[in-house]
Amino acid sequence: MRKDLDIIYNWIPEKSRVLDLGCGDGALLQRLSRHKNVSGYGLEIDPAEIQKCIERGVSVVEQNLDKGLANFADHSFDTVVMSQALQTLRFPHLAVEEMLRVGRECIITFPNFGQWKARWHLAFSGRMPVSDLLPYEWYDTPNIHFCTFRDFEVLCRQHNWQILHRQVVSESKVSAALKDFLPNLFGETAIYHLTR
Amino acid sequence: MGNTADLPANSVGIVEPKSHTFPGPFKLACGRVLDEYTLRYETYGTLNADRSNGVLICHALSGHHHAAGYHSTSDKRPGWWDHYIGPGKPIDTNKFFVVALNNLGGCHGSTGPASINPQTGRPWGPDFPPLRARDWVHSQAQLADLLGIECWAAVVGGSLGGMQAMRWSLEYPQRLRHCVVIASAMKLSAQNIAFNETARQAITSDPNFSDGRYLENNTLPRDGLAVARMIGHITYLSDDGLGKKFGRELRSGTFEQGVEELVEFQVQSYLRYQGDSFSGSFDPNTYILMTRALDYFDLAREYDNDPVKAFSHARCKFLLVSFTSDWRFAPERSREIVDALMHANVPVSYAEVESPMGHDAFLLPNERYEKIFSAYMDNVAKEGQSGVLS
Repeated sequence: MRKDLDIIYNWIPEKSRVLDLGCGDGALLQRLSRHKNVSGYGLEIDPAEIQKCIERGVSVVEQNLDKGLANFADHSFDTVVMSQALQTLRFPHLAVEEMLRVGRECIITFPNFGQWKARWHLAFSGRMPVSDLLPYEWYDTPNIHFCTFRDFEVLCRQHNWQILHRQVVSESKVSAALKDFLPNLFGETAIYHLTR
Repeated sequence: MGNTADLPANSVGIVEPKSHTFPGPFKLACGRVLDEYTLRYETYGTLNADRSNGVLICHALSGHHHAAGYHSTSDKRPGWWDHYIGPGKPIDTNKFFVVALNNLGGCHGSTGPASINPQTGRPWGPDFPPLRARDWVHSQAQLADLLGIECWAAVVGGSLGGMQAMRWSLEYPQRLRHCVVIASAMKLSAQNIAFNETARQAITSDPNFSDGRYLENNTLPRDGLAVARMIGHITYLSDDGLGKKFGRELRSGTFEQGVEELVEFQVQSYLRYQGDSFSGSFDPNTYILMTRALDYFDLAREYDNDPVKAFSHARCKFLLVSFTSDWRFAPERSREIVDALMHANVPVSYAEVESPMGHDAFLLPNERYEKIFSAYMDNVAKEGQSGVLS
């Protein structure tokens, strides 16, 4: 499982009720329900991913996150998770507000556009970065709202979202070793655990 | 087709309907009582030793017990849900013991308006008691008892069948592990009811309707029933689907000036054919009764009109599927069900399948629909023996 999902798995308490936004193939929810007795749903829009969830026996509901979460009541989940989807949304800040309405807490992961590789690429080739982490060209990417860790923390302060935990992960060894010193430069993925 | 070898390999093959008469008294939701009633049904596949692989197929509006396979090698068409029931198909008869029936009130061998009322010796006709989905569910539970099925692996239905499947989850929560609801709704919209009323008016205003006593008077209201079916048929297809299939193509006549012959569009002749063939095989009183049951259906009525409260009684898992071009039971209606289930903390998966085929899509081949349905039912089969409810 992806490193960020490992960390999310550890942050979610037993028997909690989880809503996973953009749940992908349902791997996180399946593991949570098997080993931590967690119940909940994944929301997903990609038919291929929905198919994988159903194959895994994960409860998945087809829903477009850009249309909001109005169908969920306030605080109807313990934790609302969104991993690697925030940057694909039309209005990321409204999405986080909604997550904190529907859940008591939320966990968000996103790719760090401030990471050195992205900076390097843009600075020296003068082109938008295309990498393992961001494997899209600028014109066909689903990622429309990139930010850096620093940008996200500014957003949190502006909205008075309280950061319970934060962690930075990197799949590569070099970055992994340096990420704790200069997270915004070496961290590939950020994981934020927020509440109001 | 001449012999069984000519049947498709993934067909359940030649099937034979069975009938059983259940002794009454059978109390109906309307308060009236049937002294006894007969159900006609078919089964496909084999019931396993611990009787845990039963799947009930709930009756759609004009569907009946013949859901899959062929009655004879000369049959032109298989059962109504043959695309989805058979070896290797989503409801895989290598894994499941599938039960399909003609509902109470039907006209294909189960007790209904065309049957003889034992108290009068004459056809029931319009005197047959009005039915509710719950009456069907209770009679289906008696059929399950007869077959020795304590708990269905899944109760599955499309459209009106989906309503019965949902009712099952509330009336007998311990007797099904999964509920599959396809292209359905918790209640009809005013527009739906309006179409049904128009269809019923077409039947009852046919002079041959004879106040519903056409069987005794030997006057079948065929034209009225055909019009009713045509109205229904239009609502089952989408504008797009009809356009693609027929466009404005002419079957006869021309638009030339000076030609008196009336123009006939392909879609006209198609609708007339559908209406005529239906009116030759369906009982008008049954059509009235079934569409009324559809109109009356309201899942949450006796749960303070709160679907969340209703579904909090369910103990099974759900799969819901809707189709993008279905305007009779639009995706929004399915999403209301899904939202209520999620509020009630009931496990549910939902997919909105792209299709140009309107409401009829639930009966037709569709790659995504088949894949989702198969994957879900595979898991139902795998957990089969454990019988664990979550």
